[in-house]
Amino acid sequence: MPSTTTPLVTTPAATDFPMSDPEPRITRRDDAPEGPCAVLQGRWGAAELGQRRQWRELSAQLRALPADAGLAWDLRELDWLDHVGAQVLWNHWGRALPERLQATDAQRDMLGRIAEFATEEPPAERWSVAEQIDALGARVLQGVGHGRDLLILVGQLVLDLGRLVRNPRRGPWRDVSGHLYSMGATALPITALVGFLIGIVLAYLMGLQLRQFGASTFIVNILGISLTRELGPMLGAILVAGRSGSAITAQIGVMRVTEELDAMRVMGIAHGFRLVLPRAIALGIAMPLIALWTTLAALAGGMLAADVAMGVSPAYFIQALPAAVAPANLWMAMGKSVVFGVFIALIGCHWGLRVKPNTQSLGQGTTASVVSAITMVIVVDALFAIGFKNLGI
Amino acid sequence: MTSDTHRPPDTPAPPPDDAPPVVEIAGLSTVFGKGDEAFAVHQNLDLTVRRGEILSLVGGSGTGKTVLLRHILGLTRPTDGRVTVLGEPAAQLTGRGAASRVGMLFQQGALFSAFSVLDNIAFALREQGTLPQRLVCDAAMVKLQMVGLKPEHATRMPANLSGGMIKRVALARALIMDPPLLLLDEPTAGLDPHSSDDFCDLLRELHASLGLTVIMVTHDLDTLFALSSRVAVLAEKRVITSGTPHEVARFDHPFIHEFFLGERGRRAMAPVPSAEPAPPPAHIKDA
Repeated sequence: MPSTTTPLVTTPAATDFPMSDPEPRITRRDDAPEGPCAVLQGRWGAAELGQRRQWRELSAQLRALPADAGLAWDLRELDWLDHVGAQVLWNHWGRALPERLQATDAQRDMLGRIAEFATEEPPAERWSVAEQIDALGARVLQGVGHGRDLLILVGQLVLDLGRLVRNPRRGPWRDVSGHLYSMGATALPITALVGFLIGIVLAYLMGLQLRQFGASTFIVNILGISLTRELGPMLGAILVAGRSGSAITAQIGVMRVTEELDAMRVMGIAHGFRLVLPRAIALGIAMPLIALWTTLAALAGGMLAADVAMGVSPAYFIQALPAAVAPANLWMAMGKSVVFGVFIALIGCHWGLRVKPNTQSLGQGTTASVVSAITMVIVVDALFAIGFKNLGI
Repeated sequence: MTSDTHRPPDTPAPPPDDAPPVVEIAGLSTVFGKGDEAFAVHQNLDLTVRRGEILSLVGGSGTGKTVLLRHILGLTRPTDGRVTVLGEPAAQLTGRGAASRVGMLFQQGALFSAFSVLDNIAFALREQGTLPQRLVCDAAMVKLQMVGLKPEHATRMPANLSGGMIKRVALARALIMDPPLLLLDEPTAGLDPHSSDDFCDLLRELHASLGLTVIMVTHDLDTLFALSSRVAVLAEKRVITSGTPHEVARFDHPFIHEFFLGERGRRAMAPVPSAEPAPPPAHIKDA
């Protein structure tokens, strides 16, 4: 008979391992001398019980055999019983052993273990007004905390820039160059494509309206001003916010998960100087260039569409453009792109540094980073539009 | 020599030679890289693990111990050769219901960091989507306590667990569906000696009560001597020898000299006089 070192239930041969074994079932026998008896057969394992059809049939059989009916339970004919199967029985018996039970020693051991480790169901959480108010307060404080952290990050960036200016040779230039490539150069194809297509769409839409007034040549002025001043920098910034903002958060967040941030700190290397500063500098340099590039691509698209749809020749377009768009527009676009770039980097770093060491927090941080970076781009753009409304128009 | 007085009191007895094989590896080769950079990790490797064994895989770093575990799990495919687990090709193992056939304890635990301890343990059972919620929780709570954790740990997140607790939770998660085969990758690495001993006791208890077959990769000689019923040594791209820990320790090979007969090895073997290991006790053979 089974000693404690042998498997619970004898499985005759290796070929019996597959799952196609007898399904779990209960047979009621009334012919036994000491009264009715429920005989369990088949494989009562997690895999078998987890199959929908077998579980439905077995539940019905169990319901027909209530635990308190003075029934004897015979487990000795089972092919296999594991802890999940035993738990099913234990719960069915009302979390106690039945009075009359016939089982092998191993099966009794298993039921004993389940009895020993049985726990009460934890009470459900109750809804209360006070808790809701607490939760609201916590969210407000959390928002304030974000604001404060971002302010600290900006302040730290200013301090780090000061340190860099005092001692430029010790700056993290290799990192800056790497980020310039990965966040700037590799963004060129996608920003060009999007800019070009938006230019075409805008030119077509405006061309339809302008033709009604016979003012087709004004397409140069409208496209020139709107693309250079607003749409080029905005499109570029939104694309970079989605592309690089998420990448920054994910990079720094994974460094938190893998304790790289802690390792860096232990070596006495400041996160601000080593992680935030190079990214902010790289995006501060790359963003205006990407904005210019996107604007040029959009103007090229607009020029093409104007030629095809309205007969405004590219030669005229190029000749009229400098007269229509004052250089101040371009400088303003470049200026706000620097702000966009630095803020995208700071927001990405902010969310990255707040990631907690688990995957869910990493996902939430990346999402929050992209959403807040894009929102920031639009808000800053609106502030620039109001602040410089008299410039260059 | 029929008494087992030379064996440490709790060392699990080796199973009989005719126990059915759980894992069969034949002619296995693994090659990484392509062209000139290609290098073979395994070449024509054979290994059979029988039911009820606790097999330790040892070998220097880079001898492909973890790779072998991953082949057995069906996570990677060997370049050549056959891996059969529970009578089926290993490649088919990762399909539906895999949790009821094999459990794996990853080196770092690999707990789902977004889930609480209880949800981690219950995951495979809950994913079946059939059994009632209460039953799944009860079953997970039993496993949680079987590995020596307390019910109040159930709601903790993996980030707030100590190294030993992570291993315990990972073990409970591997055992939730009572698989007949358990694979352990460095089960005691990173644990302090006390937790490590506790963990060995726990594994030995579970092996006895659940009738598990265990394959583990370990560098820890204390674990190796305390747990294994058989040791397989990987070197020269194959299994150079296998047997009880003391048989293997006497095998003549540079790696084995270094591994077993260094300072640490002598310390681990110290309590046991280096005599003939006892054959399995008679009652096991009859089972």
